[in-house]
Amino acid sequence: MSSVLYDVPGPKARRISLIASIAGAVLILGLVAWIVMILAQQGIFEGRRWQIFTRADVWRLLGNGLGATLSAAALAAVIAFPLGLALCLFRIADSPIIRIPVRVVLEFLRGMPVVLMMLFVLLGFGTSPFIAVVTGLVLYNAAVFAEIIRAGISSLPKGQREAGLAIGLTSYRSRMLIELPQAIRRMMPSLVAQMVVLLKDTSLGYIVAYGELLRAVQVMADFLGNAFLFPVFFVAAAIYIAINILVSRLAVWIERRGSKKAAGGTAKAEPAAVEAGAP
Amino acid sequence: MDVIIENLPLYWEGFLRTLFLSAVSGVIALVLGTLLAAARVSPVAALRGFSTVYVEVLRNTPLTIAFFFAAIVLPRLGVKFEQFEIAAIIALSTYTAAFIAEAVRSGVNSVPVGQAEAARSIGMGFGQVLSLIILPQALRTVIPPLINILIALVKNSSVAGAFFVLELFGYGRQLANANGDAVITVLLGTAFFYLLLTVPLGILASTVERKVAIAR
Amino acid sequence: MKAFLTRRKSFVVAATAALALSLSACGGGDAGGGSNPAPVEKPTFAAGTTMEKLSSAGTIKIGTKFDQPLFGQVGLDGKPVGFDVEIGKLIAAKLGIAADKIEWSETVSANREPFIEQGKVDLVIATYTINDKRKQVVSFAGPYYEAGQALMVNKDNDSIKKPEDVKGKKVCSVTGSTPAATIVDKYGAELVPAATYSACLEPLRNKQVEAVTTDNVILAGFVDKEPDAFKLASDETFTKEPYGIGLKKDDTEFRNWINDQLESFEKDGDYKKAWEATAGSVIKTAPSLPTINRY
Repeated sequence: MSSVLYDVPGPKARRISLIASIAGAVLILGLVAWIVMILAQQGIFEGRRWQIFTRADVWRLLGNGLGATLSAAALAAVIAFPLGLALCLFRIADSPIIRIPVRVVLEFLRGMPVVLMMLFVLLGFGTSPFIAVVTGLVLYNAAVFAEIIRAGISSLPKGQREAGLAIGLTSYRSRMLIELPQAIRRMMPSLVAQMVVLLKDTSLGYIVAYGELLRAVQVMADFLGNAFLFPVFFVAAAIYIAINILVSRLAVWIERRGSKKAAGGTAKAEPAAVEAGAP
Repeated sequence: MDVIIENLPLYWEGFLRTLFLSAVSGVIALVLGTLLAAARVSPVAALRGFSTVYVEVLRNTPLTIAFFFAAIVLPRLGVKFEQFEIAAIIALSTYTAAFIAEAVRSGVNSVPVGQAEAARSIGMGFGQVLSLIILPQALRTVIPPLINILIALVKNSSVAGAFFVLELFGYGRQLANANGDAVITVLLGTAFFYLLLTVPLGILASTVERKVAIAR
Repeated sequence: MKAFLTRRKSFVVAATAALALSLSACGGGDAGGGSNPAPVEKPTFAAGTTMEKLSSAGTIKIGTKFDQPLFGQVGLDGKPVGFDVEIGKLIAAKLGIAADKIEWSETVSANREPFIEQGKVDLVIATYTINDKRKQVVSFAGPYYEAGQALMVNKDNDSIKKPEDVKGKKVCSVTGSTPAATIVDKYGAELVPAATYSACLEPLRNKQVEAVTTDNVILAGFVDKEPDAFKLASDETFTKEPYGIGLKKDDTEFRNWINDQLESFEKDGDYKKAWEATAGSVIKTAPSLPTINRY
C-alpha cells in the first residue's frame, strides 16, 4: 500500500533514508542507554532486587493476579458478546418503541467511564469487587459490541437484506440468517480488538480493590518494601503487553484469513474505517 | 438530590479539570497520532519501524500502567513536574495517540489508490501527496472513529483520579466517602457530568457519520 | 461457519480453563499467618442473636485493609496480617470459630459502610475511625485503639513540624479519606490524591509533594521500612482517631458483646500480646485499651 504514496526511492533517496535511519536508531539507543544509566545509578539493577523472582510465592501471587485478570476478562467477554448481539438487534429493530429506548441506553453506557460503573456496582449494590469489575466490563463492552456489529450490518450491501426479504424471510430471520453471520465475520478484527480493550480494562480493578495483576503487584511491593516496586512493576507490564500482543496477533491472523476468504467469495466493500476498538 | 446541589461547586471544579485534561491531551494526541500515521506510511524504514513499535506497544498497554509509568517512573528518571496534571496529560496523550494513529492509517488506506497515483503523476513528492491529497480525504472518513476515540479519552481521564489528580472521578469518590448514606446519588451526579461531555460528542459522531455516508 | 463454531468452542474452553485456574488459586483456606488463638469450645449464646448465628455457622466474614502495614496487610501468601487481623481472630475465637474459618475480604476506605449494610461482611476491622456521620449508617464497637493523624516528610526536611506548616503546600493522601479532608479543610493544604497510602511514597521521595498525611500508626509502618528516606514530622498527633469495629446498625446485643470481649482481652493480656506480635515491632510503647464507648 505505502508504495503508492511515493516513487520507488532512487540511490540518493535511499542513501538519505539510510542515514536518517541510522541517526534515528542511534538517537533511540542513546535515549535507552541514558534511561538505563539513571536507573542503574539508583540501584534498580542490583541483583538483590531481582532475586525475589526466584521465590515461588512471588510467582504464585503474580499467577493469582493473572488468574484474576483473565477470569474477569473471560467471564465478561462471554457475557458481553451475546448481550451486545441482543442489544444490536434491538437497536436496529423496525419498531421505534424498541429502537429508541435501546439507543438511549446504549449512548448512556458508552458515555460512562468503566471505572465509574465498577465503583457504582461496588458501592451501590455492595457486591464483591469481582462482580463489580465483571459487571462494569460487561455493561460497557456489550454496548461497544452492539455498535461494532451494527456498523458491520450497515456496511453490508443493501441487496443482502432485500434478497432475504424477497424470498419470504421475516425481518428477524433475515437479520439472523443472512446479515448477522456476514457482519460478525466482517467485524471480527474490530471485535477481537475490543476484546483486547476489555482485557486491558480489567486493570481498572486496581482502583476498586479487585485482586488482579496490577493490584497484586502493588500489594507485593507494599509488603516487600518500595525497593522492589520497579522490578515487580516491570515484570507485570511485560506480562500485560505480552498477553495483549498475543491477542492482537490473533486479530491480525483472523483478519488475514477473513480477507483471503472474502477475496474468493463476495466482493469486499471498501475497508470500513470503523473504530478499531475504542481505547 | 440535596447532596448534588450542595456539592455543585466541587462537581464543577472536577468537571472543569476533566475537561481541561481531555482537551489538552486530545489536541496533543491528534497531532502526535497523525504524525505517527504519516511515519507509518513514509518511505523511511526507521520511521515506519518506530511508528509500528510505538503503536503496537502502547495499544497493548493498560492505561493504568501508562499512568503508573508517567506518574511514578518518569520522576525517578529525573523528569520532574510541579503539577501532576502533566503526568496525566503525558499518559493520556501518548496512549490515545496510538489509537489515533491506527484510525488515521485505516483512513489513509481507504482513500482510492488513483488519488495518490494522480498526485504523483503530476510530480508531487511524498510530503505533498500525503498532506495535500491523502490526509484531507482520509481525515474526513475517519472523523467518526476519531470522535469515538476522543469520547474514550474523556472517560479514560477518570483514571487520573487514582494518580494524584483531583478530577471528576476523584471528587466523586471523595463525595461518596463523605456521604456514606447517599452513595448512589453522588455517583449518579458524577455520571451526569461525564455524560454532559460524552453524549454530545457521540451525537456529533453519528451526525458526521451520516453526512459522510451521504457524500459518498 | 464450521470454522467459526470450532473457534467459539475453543474460546469457551479457554475461558472455562482460566476460570477454573483462578478458582483453584483463590480457594485456599486462610490458615496460618500470625497467631492462632484457640477457639472456645461450644460457646452458648441466646437464640436469635448474631453471636448465636455466627457461632453455629462456624464461620465469620471480616473485612479488613490489605494494604495497611502493621494493621492489615496481605503477605505474599495472600493472607492478611496485622493488629486488626489479630483482634478479628480473638473475637472469632470467642465465638468458637478457628482462625482458618474466618473469611477475610478486602475493604477499602470507600466500601466499608456498603459492605456492612449489605451484609457482605459481619464485621469491619480496618483502621476504621468512629465518627458521627458513619454512626448514622453503621454501629461501632470499641474503640480498641486510638490513633491520631500525623505527617510524614522526607528525612532531610526540617521545615514541616506541625500541621500549620503545610498551608498551601502539596500533601498526599488517599482520596476521600478522613485525614485528607482534615488536612484540606482545617489546615489549608493542597491535596494530591492517591489510590492507596503506599502510592504516596514515590511522589514524596521525588519531592513532588511535601508531606504524606494519615494516621500515625500507618506512617510509622512506612518509616519503619525505610528509615533512611522518611521520618515523622513530629511525634505529636493533631487529631484523635478512635478505631472501632464496624457492624450492622442497631445490632446492640452484638456490639455490647464485642465490647465485653475487648475488655476481657485487655484483662487476659491477649490485647497486649496481639499488639506485640504486630504493630509492637515498630511502636514500642504498648497501648492500653481505650475506654469503651458504650452508647
